Amino acid sequence: MKLLIASGKGGTGKTTVAVNLALAMAEKKIQLLDCDVEEPNAHLFLNPEYSSEVEIGIPVPSVDYSKCNFCGRCAEVCMFNALAVLKDQVMVLRELCHGCGSCAYLCPQKAIHEIECPIGQVEAGKAYQLDFIHGRLNPGEAMSPPLINAVKKAAAVDRITIIDAPPGTSCPVVSAAAGCDYCLLVTEPTPFGLNDLDLAYQMVLKLGTPAGVLINRCDIGDCAVEDYCNNNGLPLLYKIPWDMDLARLYARGEPVVLHIPVWKDRFREIFFHIQAARKVAMRR
Amino acid sequence: MKKLAIVSGKGGTGKTSLIGSFAALAGGSAVLVDGDVDAANLSLITGAKIVESNDFYVSKVAAIDQESCNACNLCLELCRFDAIKTGYSIDLIACEGCALCCYACPQGAIKMDDKLSGQWFVSETAYGTLVHARLGIAEENSGKLVTVIRNKGEELALAGGKDYLLIDGPPGIGCPVIASLSGMDRALVVTEPTVSGVHDLKRIIEVCLHFKVPVGVCINRCDLDEDKTSDIDSYCQEENIPVIGKIPYNQSFVHAMLSKMPLVKYDHGLISSLIEEVWDNFRS
Repeated sequence: MKLLIASGKGGTGKTTVAVNLALAMAEKKIQLLDCDVEEPNAHLFLNPEYSSEVEIGIPVPSVDYSKCNFCGRCAEVCMFNALAVLKDQVMVLRELCHGCGSCAYLCPQKAIHEIECPIGQVEAGKAYQLDFIHGRLNPGEAMSPPLINAVKKAAAVDRITIIDAPPGTSCPVVSAAAGCDYCLLVTEPTPFGLNDLDLAYQMVLKLGTPAGVLINRCDIGDCAVEDYCNNNGLPLLYKIPWDMDLARLYARGEPVVLHIPVWKDRFREIFFHIQAARKVAMRR
Repeated sequence: MKKLAIVSGKGGTGKTSLIGSFAALAGGSAVLVDGDVDAANLSLITGAKIVESNDFYVSKVAAIDQESCNACNLCLELCRFDAIKTGYSIDLIACEGCALCCYACPQGAIKMDDKLSGQWFVSETAYGTLVHARLGIAEENSGKLVTVIRNKGEELALAGGKDYLLIDGPPGIGCPVIASLSGMDRALVVTEPTVSGVHDLKRIIEVCLHFKVPVGVCINRCDLDEDKTSDIDSYCQEENIPVIGKIPYNQSFVHAMLSKMPLVKYDHGLISSLIEEVWDNFRS
């Protein structure tokens, strides 16, 4: 199983759910990937011992001025406006570069080669019995998908994998979701939670990933999210009430399943609900 | 006109609730921009009515003409985004629109089509004009869409002789955040006293400083963990960053949202006066 924990809205509890699920099911030798590379947080709850750190870069153009004749072709073919050709200089705006390689391939003078430009790191290690991998985007870098892809490439393929996704519904989440066979959408029962659940659900529909919902802090708001799930045939797998102990443990970076036994049982239950829902979805 | 952005790194810390209140306190002297184009929520608490809709075409997507394709495989070899599927069709979600395949195809069998990447809107609200957007599900280019609505907001604020441009930033530190932040006169980072909040605060502050935007910090739910709140205080002191507000945990945040109102319009107690203090400090 490759399980994506996602939500349109930030701060609904994705990381809490991902970390506690993985820890509650530790005997399954679960692999946990934190793909929220802009703001990775899972490691704060796990304090992993890292065994590897790899710098990840994207290929950006570098111009060989002994060959360049300033014809302007590179700037013309770049769809991202990452190159500007002046009278005697080619400017590379690397924060706009997508690393597609068009400029190097199409330069008539073969004056462009690509150099790796670092955007962040992938770290892998162990925490409790879990295999843990995450990425850290360097602050100031704009492009997270190549780093997310690198985190996923570093993972083993034959393992139950839980992926903590970034918030939103655009390219970073899509990168995190690729190859996942079930998605747990974590939301809260508020107008913002509902609006963003709707967007996230449309995203998984578009990606063709079956999904179920977990409502966190289920008793703080109204029933509109539950109605939404019922009306859309979206399985509501679990509801977690607001709990001050949970919030305070979270604040200190303590996974609740390691401190309060009943929560371990609850998260195991959540895991089994997800497994069952995934089986139902796969039969369809 | 002052250009002010609210960001957080971590999602769900209360950015939108605060900016809705700031808009109400500004009493019509601000133009609002919702920079969270993935999951825009500001319209939900400001009574927004759309007065103008625009399509957002920015990216292109490749299309292969099966008749002229001779299956030479070059596009598949060149594409770095795994967007060419077997049978030489395009994976519309994976395609970045770089056009390398189109330029390189020896048969001229590939063309680039315009792709509708989203929509953006100008709305009238009870508290001034709001420019917001909806990025197409699973789309990229959120940074460019933020730039479009931000420029529109700025234009409207200048034309209307407004005092403030107020941008509600998305979570994270990637491209839409950078597009929301760069060139702002000041940023307010909304955080919470949790391990995740503190970790993400430091990263977003690094981004603000990288783009030379002066920062103030507001600690929401400051009573959740007093140790973490004092950690934030001492970190900010070391970095010479003013903490311009502390707001205790209060259910009126959720209640106001459920009533689809800015908090200061819903509740006239302590929390509202604290928010007013933050606003007065932030705008000065």
